[in-house]
Amino acid sequence: MDSTTSELATSEPAVRTPLASTARDGLKIAIVGGFGVGKTTMVRSVSEIRPLNTEETMTRAGVGIDDARSADGKTTTTVAFDFGRISLNDEMVLYLFGAPGQERFWFLWDRLFSGTLGAVVLVDPRRLEDSWYAIDRLEHHGTPFVLARNNFGPPEYTLDEVREALSLPAQIPMVDCDARSRESSKAVLIALVNHLYTLSAARERAL
Amino acid sequence: MIRRPVDSGDPDRLYTVTNGRTRANEDAFDLVTLIVSECEPSPGMQSEHVRILRMCDRPTAVVEIAAELGLPVGVVKILLCDLLDTGRITARHPRTSPRRAQLPDTEILKQVLVGLHNL
Repeated sequence: MDSTTSELATSEPAVRTPLASTARDGLKIAIVGGFGVGKTTMVRSVSEIRPLNTEETMTRAGVGIDDARSADGKTTTTVAFDFGRISLNDEMVLYLFGAPGQERFWFLWDRLFSGTLGAVVLVDPRRLEDSWYAIDRLEHHGTPFVLARNNFGPPEYTLDEVREALSLPAQIPMVDCDARSRESSKAVLIALVNHLYTLSAARERAL
Repeated sequence: MIRRPVDSGDPDRLYTVTNGRTRANEDAFDLVTLIVSECEPSPGMQSEHVRILRMCDRPTAVVEIAAELGLPVGVVKILLCDLLDTGRITARHPRTSPRRAQLPDTEILKQVLVGLHNL
């Protein structure tokens, strides 16, 4: 059971910050990446609340999954995820989910993240291969995404080289970021929504 | 690094909380459906219901309720079904389509962009 994929520390006080009473429209963006890549750091840098953690479990008949297997042969899959939120205006609230990239998580994607606006794939430049699986799954689920390289130092490769290494199509935006910086994380989210806007405008023109 | 314990270590307790039910209507609530209380907690009410009603004095997303109660999302959905069925809460569902590969229209995305720029 490694549902301890969270990067959250819990020393902060549990003070709730309520939403405006006019809030009525929740939106979702997922930040996907391997362990320790900075998902929670990014959520924290732009969230108006301290990041919270919760989990979902799913019981199903299945094979090849780890975790507890009960007597009736069913498996229980548990995934933990962190989230934060941004009030965009009086009515719209954007929730940011730090989603673990590991395999079992994707069994719960449709259940948890259907209706997600899009995703940020956060990559550690030293461990590019960690993001292959996430990219493949997002493409499979038809979820639009951008790739953000969280720089832990001067980058060794250009973004073009990274694109080539990941065989990422040219239309998928790539940005450099520092997940600890609010401005930088904000720029990543804006890059994603701009990308969604482009896709949505193209679709509307085609109608 | 310590996580706040989500109450998954004791299945018996979760079973009790939900009166033995293990599944909610999956489509009744999204993670970001906003829940609003329509009444005050009353005496004799299950403690989880009381906490939800207090918390949702202002709109609160399903996922935030789960985090605050320390319960898995699926269990919270079952509790919310009870409250919704008896008219004690109302649910504000997301406008964006839950269907796969369905992009929101540009008008919504424009508002998201304005909100992000104003951060």
